[in-house]
Amino acid sequence: MTRHEKIEVRSSDDVVKVRQRVRALAVEAGFSLVDQTKIITAASELARNTVNYGGGGHAIVSLVKSNGRTGLRLVFEDRGPGITDIELAMQDGYSTGAGLGLGLSGSRRLMHEFEIDSAPGQGTKVTVTRWR
Amino acid sequence: MEKIPILKMGRFLLVSIQVDMHDRLAMTLQEDLTDRIVKENARGVLIDISSMEIVDSFIGRMLGSIASMSRMLNAETVVVGMQPAVAITMVELGLSLSGVRTALDVEKGMEILHRFRQPGEEETDIDDQA
Repeated sequence: MTRHEKIEVRSSDDVVKVRQRVRALAVEAGFSLVDQTKIITAASELARNTVNYGGGGHAIVSLVKSNGRTGLRLVFEDRGPGITDIELAMQDGYSTGAGLGLGLSGSRRLMHEFEIDSAPGQGTKVTVTRWR
Repeated sequence: MEKIPILKMGRFLLVSIQVDMHDRLAMTLQEDLTDRIVKENARGVLIDISSMEIVDSFIGRMLGSIASMSRMLNAETVVVGMQPAVAITMVELGLSLSGVRTALDVEKGMEILHRFRQPGEEETDIDDQA
């Protein structure tokens, strides 16, 4: 692991900050423009979820290496109400808020690896990775 | 407060989004635009997103809302200048921007807006019927 950054995610300004930091690391890792765009978009969706549904939390952005490949890993963690039905939350168009319900399902499509860990009252942790 | 400038050109309003927009700024733009459409009696809105590096579900929803609201206020909206990488990403994300008219650049966007001008407002269009 070469780089590792922790960013507070509490407001819509922080969502912008996450996008900017993720972009900087994606450029540094040598991702193509399309890949950068996908990663930044997924980061934006997940950071907004952290603010709007998780009541704020933090993001950890890191460059990772595995079997000679470079990847960008994003972890979003909050101590909010958690997700009761993860399967339902992962469906396109499902939202408990006012959104389009594409945040989780859409970012899963934009990234290579997607992991979600959540339980009612336990907060939510989403980990996504895209490999170059 | 931070705002995105709205320029008036004849019966059209022009917006070029040059900043990394946070969600509140997007909501403000939506409100400012609808106000200006009514105040200026605008017939068209052109939104240039060529500087935007991403369009996520929130911004996508905002563009769709602006298009619907303008239509109800008798103005057409055209979104221009989307980067190819943004289009690819939006489709994968699951956003289609249905209901939002798009054009490749400002010039083509203006052509579309001119075509939608109300009959008899300025010089008549070719396909106008008596």
